[in-house]
Amino acid sequence: MASIGKIARRSFLIGSAAIVGGVAFGTYYVARPAPNPLTPGAGGGALNPFVLIDANGITLIAPRAEMGQGVQTTWAALIAEELDVEMDQIRVLHGPAAQAYYNSALLGEALPGKGYDKTSFGHTLAETLGRVGKVMNMQVTGGSTSMVDGYSRMRAAGASARETLKQAAADLLGVARADLRTEKAMVIAADGREIAYADLAEAAAGLDPIDAPLRDPAQWRILGKPVDRVDMVDKVTGTARFGIDVRLEGMRFAALRMNPHLGGRMIRFDDSPARAMPGVDRVVNLGNGIAVVASNTWLAMQAAEAVEIDWEMGTNPPDTEAVFDRIAAGFDGGANSTLRDDGDAATLPEGATEITAEYRVPYLAHATMEPMNATALYSGIKLEVWCGNQAPLFTRKSCAAAVGLAPEAVEVHTTYMGGGFGRRGELDFSVYAAQVAAEMPGTPVQLTWSREEDMTHDFYRPGALARFRGAVKDGKAVLLDGQIAAQSPTQQAMGRWLGLPAAGPDKGTVDGAFNQPYAIPNFRVRGYLADLTIPVGFWRSVGASMNGFLFDSFIDEMAHAAGRDPLAFRLELARAEYAPAATVLETVREMSDWTGETPEGVGRGVGFCYSFGTPTATVIEVRDTKDGIAMSRAWIAADVGVALDPRNLEAQLSGGMVYGLSAACFGEITFAEGAVEQQNFPDYDALRIHNTPTTEVRILQNQEHISGAGEPGTPPSMPALANALFDLTGKRARSLPLMHDFDLLV
Amino acid sequence: MPTPLTVNGTRYDIDLPEDVPLLWVLRDEIGLTGTKYGCGVAACGACTVQIDGEAVRSCQVPLGDVRGEVTTIEGLGTPDAMAAIQRAWAEHQVAQCGYCQSGQIMQAAALLAETPAPSDDEIDAAMQGNLCRCGTYPRIRAAIHSAAKMMKEA
Repeated sequence: MASIGKIARRSFLIGSAAIVGGVAFGTYYVARPAPNPLTPGAGGGALNPFVLIDANGITLIAPRAEMGQGVQTTWAALIAEELDVEMDQIRVLHGPAAQAYYNSALLGEALPGKGYDKTSFGHTLAETLGRVGKVMNMQVTGGSTSMVDGYSRMRAAGASARETLKQAAADLLGVARADLRTEKAMVIAADGREIAYADLAEAAAGLDPIDAPLRDPAQWRILGKPVDRVDMVDKVTGTARFGIDVRLEGMRFAALRMNPHLGGRMIRFDDSPARAMPGVDRVVNLGNGIAVVASNTWLAMQAAEAVEIDWEMGTNPPDTEAVFDRIAAGFDGGANSTLRDDGDAATLPEGATEITAEYRVPYLAHATMEPMNATALYSGIKLEVWCGNQAPLFTRKSCAAAVGLAPEAVEVHTTYMGGGFGRRGELDFSVYAAQVAAEMPGTPVQLTWSREEDMTHDFYRPGALARFRGAVKDGKAVLLDGQIAAQSPTQQAMGRWLGLPAAGPDKGTVDGAFNQPYAIPNFRVRGYLADLTIPVGFWRSVGASMNGFLFDSFIDEMAHAAGRDPLAFRLELARAEYAPAATVLETVREMSDWTGETPEGVGRGVGFCYSFGTPTATVIEVRDTKDGIAMSRAWIAADVGVALDPRNLEAQLSGGMVYGLSAACFGEITFAEGAVEQQNFPDYDALRIHNTPTTEVRILQNQEHISGAGEPGTPPSMPALANALFDLTGKRARSLPLMHDFDLLV
Repeated sequence: MPTPLTVNGTRYDIDLPEDVPLLWVLRDEIGLTGTKYGCGVAACGACTVQIDGEAVRSCQVPLGDVRGEVTTIEGLGTPDAMAAIQRAWAEHQVAQCGYCQSGQIMQAAALLAETPAPSDDEIDAAMQGNLCRCGTYPRIRAAIHSAAKMMKEA
């Protein structure tokens, strides 16, 4: 632990980025329990920050943002399993923003190691480092870390609460705790006497928490099986409350218009036409744009359009080609990272055949179904903010700073979110709402972005360029030398979240490439950073969303150059490096009846990516139809170590695939005059029901440790499709989106 | 003069300009937030409601043009008394983020009213205007088939 404190004081290593200065805390501060933020009602007790039992019943706190991944349900199931309560006996709340709810896995995931080769020591180090997340206020949902984070901790929270409740019962009945058992929220004595948890909570809360060993998974009642989601009924009856659905007494509605030239300020504006429009209350100057407050959102949006504004241009290159020229210029400087350097990648092995290729992927928007929004109420001494967000403590801090209050004077209510995909880890939408509310003390204001504002003011998945050199000999890969250039979302996000400069090797640029479990004797991957300030952020699967396509497509090229079946080629490389990766490839081969042959008019491709600790393989089948090339079928195999809810995992992996395929087919953010050209779904479309393939998913549990599932479905989907199109047409896709080069079914 | 509007069997008098889209009347004026804003240009289907049983994009229907009775997701069923189609959606655990599902369900309900046992092609034709960024399409398809069966047996 001492070494962690030392690292933290000097330059705290957050995976790819070393954050310098500002963070100083001792070992004790890291290890000390965070205060319990829960306040039970009379006669109740908060047994720990995750279990609250009072007159309202049993409430479990799942302080991870529900953006569709089912985290609230599985998180609660982890606690319920050991607490001995049924899922229909509990209610699940996100709870307040609090240090106690830090993510203990996020920083560990960001360690720059390959992941699959992690030793026991490596896991311990990741867990130890994870504890630092507490003092950095890392209450963050992202990085496919929730189950890694909660798997042991939440079962332990449930077990401890159960044993402490039993102790309270033992004291009451005058028997030994060991002679009591628990079932369905009751403590039951040997003589059959039963006491409800609710009647023990107050006494139990006064006891020192008792630790208990975790049960063997063979005894699980809830985990490992499909559990009905706690949010499902609300979501099919229109009663689930998203951020945009918050309604408060006397609430006004606002819309905004920000400078489309990214990074530019506002020179001047004339709001007189807007103020004359019906229902308009006022116009607020946000510095680089304006907000209009009105009696409903549509009137506010119309009025925002009516404001006459002179915009300053931004400082980035004005158009897409100039942006990519700047990314290419990144290759001219020194490498930011060389996270893999096996053998001698500089020398072509004798007798080997060399191939080279350049690849490109575009900037991408998140395009969550629910546009960015937040609701705020400012009283002069207090600020309340309601929004779907992936980082409540950072949201609280930023909103506090924006209105000149201490963080403790800001209360953040985290709602359901209509998609996150990384976008809702940003703070801008909350801060703008706080700024508007601060202008109207006592009046709650909901600020909703139009789809056009949302699309043109995202933190984009960065565009990237890749240069690959490979060599094959006797049907085998003998060399792979990859260079990837892009902007770093991690470095930008650390500045926005923590206000700290970030430097050092950026894992994100090369994630999904350097850490692929392939035994290639001469294997090097270098990352290069692009000197641009276009806003970029975490987009479902982050670096692997680029490298899944860039790297695996080139592996496919190497397989063809070697004259090998592309699946067998990958399998051979994986088998020699990491058995669970080979098994997912074997599984998807079996699921799809892969033969390497396809009839005329049909193509098949395989894609593989190890990301977020989960090896995932995807096969896509495409067909010529009279309306264009259609994806007919898809097969996915993924190894998550421990499958806590197979049905939800299936949804996450197939959903992640659809997100990836949507981007691969149609997703592209381009620039003109420093502004984003795409405005809305007609020019930033996604897969629909008719062009989504029939999909089969198989979940494997061969890995030693549990891993995430929210993101790993995305990376391999894109190369699988591109490789299938190559099989069908003989044309190799080296850039996305594919709609430019292939006649896809739209 | 207020504009009369009937939603889920309740009559409202709406004191707003007639060009305000039905979507925003429902959400911001009446407080029925089950109907969602997604794009404002009829490209995503999140705002789908029914007017006299026909599925329409409420972001494109000005208040002054509403002729007939409006049904929203809240009028289809409630958590304690779900419609068959909502039960099918729950049975298949369709929703992920859930934001688009009100619109998906209203569109599917209109399809089933007209075509009680739709084929996959008919589902594709009726549902392709409804975007889901979570990619729940396979379960939407399965739920529509299940709902068709439930409604036939009922």
